[in-house]
Amino acid sequence: MADFDQELDASGLNCPLPILRAKKTLNGMESGKVLHIIATDPGSVKDFEAFANQTGNELMESKEVGGKFEFLIKKA
Amino acid sequence: MSDEKKLAIIATKGSLDWAYPPFILASTAAALGYETEIFFTFYGLQLLKKDLDLEVTPLGNPGMPMPMGMDKWFPVVGLALPGMQGMMTSMMKKKMASKGVADLTELRELCQEAEVKLIACQMTVDLFEMNTSEFIDGIEYAGAARFFEFAGTSDICLYI
Repeated sequence: MADFDQELDASGLNCPLPILRAKKTLNGMESGKVLHIIATDPGSVKDFEAFANQTGNELMESKEVGGKFEFLIKKA
Repeated sequence: MSDEKKLAIIATKGSLDWAYPPFILASTAAALGYETEIFFTFYGLQLLKKDLDLEVTPLGNPGMPMPMGMDKWFPVVGLALPGMQGMMTSMMKKKMASKGVADLTELRELCQEAEVKLIACQMTVDLFEMNTSEFIDGIEYAGAARFFEFAGTSDICLYI
């Protein structure tokens, strides 16, 4: 997985909390910085895709590692 | 006029289960950049109380999953037994907490932080003689015309 600037562990949280926490964390980051998110909610895979499409923040990577879902999002 | 998308919601229900859709959708929409307003009317006003004391009832709700096959043991009439509503409410709350579903108060705070406008129906407040000191701060009191001012320009409008 590529480098990132900040990390958010949303394990154990269910919809819509991973998205809301990610949005809040991104708000405090500078443009171009990368956020690494870890989630256990299987719905978050499609949700982070949709989040990126609608907010313009780039979803650089999305993968499953040992039953957890990991995402890299670059702030627009 | 901004090019921001808009979501208008009318929240009419005051039970624990139906409290979730307006707050989940509004907070998510706000995170996606929507300008969002929720108009609370009739039983929906319960969702604006400082102390949320909401319950869920299996009565008249054949779609509600019941634990341990209770719906077979207690067909319809059994669901009206005293204590059933309290028991179902407590079970539902435990289940939600164990599945990492957000607490309602937290979701509502997230909505307010994200500048979702919460509007209480003034007519309902008067009708049920509700005490506005029991409601959270930062809400607006208005009528149907105020709702349409925003809803008329919205991209999505939901009645919940």
